[in-house]
Amino acid sequence: MPRDRLGDERIRNRDRVVTSASPEPATLPPSGLPGLDAEWSRLVTARDAEGIDRTWHVLDTGATEETSLTLLCVHGNPTWSYVWRSVLGGAPKHLRVVAVDQLDMGFSERTGTERRLERRIDDLSSVVDALGIDTPIITVAHDWGGPISIGWAQRHRKRLAGMVLMNTAVHQPEDARAPSLIRAVRTPGILDQVAVRSTGFVRGTTALIKGRTDRAVKSAYLAPYRTASRRTAIGFFVSDIPLEDDHPSAAALDAVADGLDDMADVPVLLLWGPSDPVFSDLYLHDLEDRLPDADVHRFVGASHLLPEDVDVATPIFDWIAARDRTPQQSPRTTGGRRAWEAIEGLAESDDVAVVEMVSGGEPQSISFRELAAEVRRVGSGLRAIGVGAGDRVALMIPPGLELSVCLYACWRIGAVVVVADAGLGVRGIGRALRSADPDYIIGVPRALAAARAMGWPGVRIGAGAMSPSAARMVGATYTLAGLPQSGVESDLPDPPHFEAPAAVAFTSGATGPAKGVAYRHGQLDAQRAALESLYGIGPDDSLVAAFPPFSLFGPAMGIPSVVPVMEVTSPGTLEASALADAARAVDATLVFASPSALANVLATADALSPAQREALGRIRLLLSAGAPVPRDTLEALRSLMPKAEAHTPYGMTETLPVADITLEGINGAGPGLGVCVGPPLHGVEVMIDPLDEVGDPVGKLTDEPDVSGEVCVRAAHMKDEYDRLWHTQHRSATPPGWHRSGDVGHFDEQRRLWIEGRLVHAIATADGVLTPLALEQRFASAEGVRAAAAVGVGTRGDERVVAIVVPDEPPSRPALGLDPLASDVRSTVDVDVAAVLVVPELPVDKRHNAKVDRLRLRRWAASVLAGNRIGKP
Amino acid sequence: MNVLVTGATSLLGAETTRRLGAAGHRVRTLQRSGDIAGRDTVRGDITDQSAVARSLDGIDTVVHLAALVGATGPWHEYERVNVGGTSVVLEQAAAAGVERFVFVSSPSVAHGGAPIMGAGADPADPSRARSNYSRSKAMAEIIALDADQTSMRVVAIRPHLVWGPGDRQLIGRIVDRARAGRLATIGTGSALIDTTYIDNAADALVAATQRAEALGGSALVVSNGQPRPVAEIIDRVLRAAGEPRVKRSVPRGVARTGGRAAEWYWSRTGRSDEPPMTAFVAEQLSTAHWFDQRTTRQALGWQPMVGIDEGFERLAAWYRTGSSKAD
Repeated sequence: MPRDRLGDERIRNRDRVVTSASPEPATLPPSGLPGLDAEWSRLVTARDAEGIDRTWHVLDTGATEETSLTLLCVHGNPTWSYVWRSVLGGAPKHLRVVAVDQLDMGFSERTGTERRLERRIDDLSSVVDALGIDTPIITVAHDWGGPISIGWAQRHRKRLAGMVLMNTAVHQPEDARAPSLIRAVRTPGILDQVAVRSTGFVRGTTALIKGRTDRAVKSAYLAPYRTASRRTAIGFFVSDIPLEDDHPSAAALDAVADGLDDMADVPVLLLWGPSDPVFSDLYLHDLEDRLPDADVHRFVGASHLLPEDVDVATPIFDWIAARDRTPQQSPRTTGGRRAWEAIEGLAESDDVAVVEMVSGGEPQSISFRELAAEVRRVGSGLRAIGVGAGDRVALMIPPGLELSVCLYACWRIGAVVVVADAGLGVRGIGRALRSADPDYIIGVPRALAAARAMGWPGVRIGAGAMSPSAARMVGATYTLAGLPQSGVESDLPDPPHFEAPAAVAFTSGATGPAKGVAYRHGQLDAQRAALESLYGIGPDDSLVAAFPPFSLFGPAMGIPSVVPVMEVTSPGTLEASALADAARAVDATLVFASPSALANVLATADALSPAQREALGRIRLLLSAGAPVPRDTLEALRSLMPKAEAHTPYGMTETLPVADITLEGINGAGPGLGVCVGPPLHGVEVMIDPLDEVGDPVGKLTDEPDVSGEVCVRAAHMKDEYDRLWHTQHRSATPPGWHRSGDVGHFDEQRRLWIEGRLVHAIATADGVLTPLALEQRFASAEGVRAAAAVGVGTRGDERVVAIVVPDEPPSRPALGLDPLASDVRSTVDVDVAAVLVVPELPVDKRHNAKVDRLRLRRWAASVLAGNRIGKP
Repeated sequence: MNVLVTGATSLLGAETTRRLGAAGHRVRTLQRSGDIAGRDTVRGDITDQSAVARSLDGIDTVVHLAALVGATGPWHEYERVNVGGTSVVLEQAAAAGVERFVFVSSPSVAHGGAPIMGAGADPADPSRARSNYSRSKAMAEIIALDADQTSMRVVAIRPHLVWGPGDRQLIGRIVDRARAGRLATIGTGSALIDTTYIDNAADALVAATQRAEALGGSALVVSNGQPRPVAEIIDRVLRAAGEPRVKRSVPRGVARTGGRAAEWYWSRTGRSDEPPMTAFVAEQLSTAHWFDQRTTRQALGWQPMVGIDEGFERLAAWYRTGSSKAD
């Protein structure tokens, strides 16, 4: 990539730093810097490449008999090795952690010289040699410490055991903002003013730390840079960034970047704060392209000074430990039928494949023959514009004909679809797309307009009826209708194999940013097979998917499918007549719906015509998924769908289904601790990881009855991994090959699984760990209580139970519950309830409108019970 | 054991004395006034070296409760009694060959004004103390724990808000104010506050004398481990006393400012009674104070035997039988 040219004057001035540097010896840091152990500090003298003795300040946990590995930490600009204190402080015994203050930086010697990249790599070699490290070394680097550490690594391959890089760069990617930012700072006079004469650059860097930062920490970053002469190197560091081809350090940086091609066998961990205004995702993607086997973890919301924003030490230590772990794969399917194969098998059939309901109009439908032809047409068209195997394609199209065609077309040509739940909202979808980094976005005009406005990544392809001018307006390079047509079938590549990646799905969790869940074709196929066998789905069935994601299974199962008219982001809008019309359109035998959709169907059932009732009367299976379904809702639905057997599958985005239970099964199980979700399905292993006294799983799986703990599952249809979330994936796949669900549950004597709630909601009291569901059921049984939530306040292992209740006559605003209500609520349980709080309603998640936001309630209760004002939860 | 109890006329002192006696120990009390029938009593003040020395004759165990307690009053008084008096008792006890010394302290010795939600027993810190009382107790506790040695084991026990039938400090004040129509909730009344039912606190002190050997030099907070919102505690006290629920509420800031003003006025005018509010009390009643009891229970081998609900029932019974009038 050509580098931009600067004006002659700027080139002349670009590396001149006006403030002069005078030599100063290395010193030890002042005492009392937060988190810094004075024992770590030492001064090390070594001869530099010019043969001059230099002295470095180094933080070093020291070597012991047990030391088997050393982490060599390299800071960037304008920080110092203080940035690594969490890594030093948390290191396990066998690790020695060494963090070097670069010369002219931190508390190392002020040499009075200007040291470019090449020289800095020499310097690092000198000091490391002097440190007497006799173990293999893993480099850990941040910011411009990155290229220096890689340069060192390339020269010391025999000693190198791995590299950890965070928010750094070896190359300026196209479109990156950094050059303009750096250039702005580099303008003659400004650089000196900002970086050297004032503490502006250092302060600006610590100002990037997210959330509230201890003043003492910010001031510790400033400690070695109190005077202008001590800051000279900060300015020179900036001017040493090669933005131009003829920059004195350009060759050195190119050598570092190119050298990565030969490092495929080096384990690499990339940790990234995507909110970094300089090293954006573009730099991450550049590194990922150069290091395709690297493990990647993006910390959504974190910024440039990553070790201050998040705990980087634990992921690093876990990553090091995982290198020694025997890889154990989850069960894999490598035979069967990949997603599009059912369609191809029915390519000669004129049976209806997909019906799209039109509000106030005639339904539109296509046959399997047409669907197969469209999949081939779009597939070859996408192929013709360059969509290749493994490319990521975000689909932003509402459920219906077009989505089905695009989905199967992408799969057929080996592209990986990225699907973000519309319920995430624009912000959430933007986050998801930045994380998944699609190469293409196929979307309806509204979605592409958002993509353009928000700067979402990916070449835009217009879906729906889109005129060329409309396409231009939303920045669509192509439209589906206008995809190049050629010999069609001959253009289709070999289909992807079972091990090829197929999809990255983002669903809205109850807490935190949505995680991308990656699936391979074999896993999707196993999921289809699991659903087919569980519900005996065969060629005579047809599906109404009021839980839209399920509609996509229809073609893969070779059965007709339809999505009723509803607001996709708000399932509670599904009306009984819309459901019935959809059922009529495909002579449906199966209905998949969410609990809130079913509740609204019940509420609007009076409007049903006899013909509509008849259509619902043909339903043989009613599947209710997404959140716990109230039993009385299922009971009441019997009058609408008398032939339907009501099923509730249990599972999660990462593994579905895990277990299944019928309404009769729920009735038969009776009351118990939590919700009975039935026995694990054939082919799904479920185990329980019991909790210790502070509510953490102990790490020993058991299937003993009546032992509560985190539910762990293992199945051929579980996720492949969390996308660009190495540490989350590592934690969730412990023990290897399993998926930790984050749910707490137990088995009963009949090997039925009971779910007691989310692990993060568990209340770890001094007398044991309690899960909220059972407490809430009891609280709600108190006189005059309509609904209840249970949360804990205090420290883990000594949490106190707080009941938050909605009375039959809700108050206008939250208040403290006094007697008789308080005593009534307390008398329902045999654990000590510290307080009863009364609220008008419980906060619930937006997506399912059903999951109580207990983490929010917990924060609120902790604040109220500390003595603060009683605001809204 | 031969036990000397100082401050035995206080609610906790009296109950501890009774329980030690019931457990078969020989108990002597050092008190400024009053006699308990059949009890071995030495008359005197803890600041009086010779009285203290006399009271320690033949004693192997001391439970030192005597202290000046209050929300107002000049520092030199607190210092004289709580710091000076404790030093005298410690010195004389060591000289008399006492083996076990239980110093009764207060959780307020370790805390500033921030809400306490599940804290343990941090070291006493006079510089952070929020009242003359807590500052003097903090200094006394440091002196006491410093005196811990192989020949005399010193343990500090910090019971939090001890109450029960006959209590004039917490219960008495709430009820008196309610009866005078001067009671109001401070702030929202939602701060969680832990308390200690009298029997449990006394049991904990007895347990501390038995475990002193192993626990020398340490401080433990003692409470029921059942924190409740302050408004709920007041509500239940009033119900037990047969008083109507209090409806008035004073904003937290107003109470603190008013408290500071009252303290200033009372100190300037030299009044010896208690002002209606002090900044310290306002703060105590509007910020959370509850403690992690896991270490305490394990260290003392002690559990509260009377839960908070049973405590309130006993309090109600005591008010119903009219014992409060006889008090």
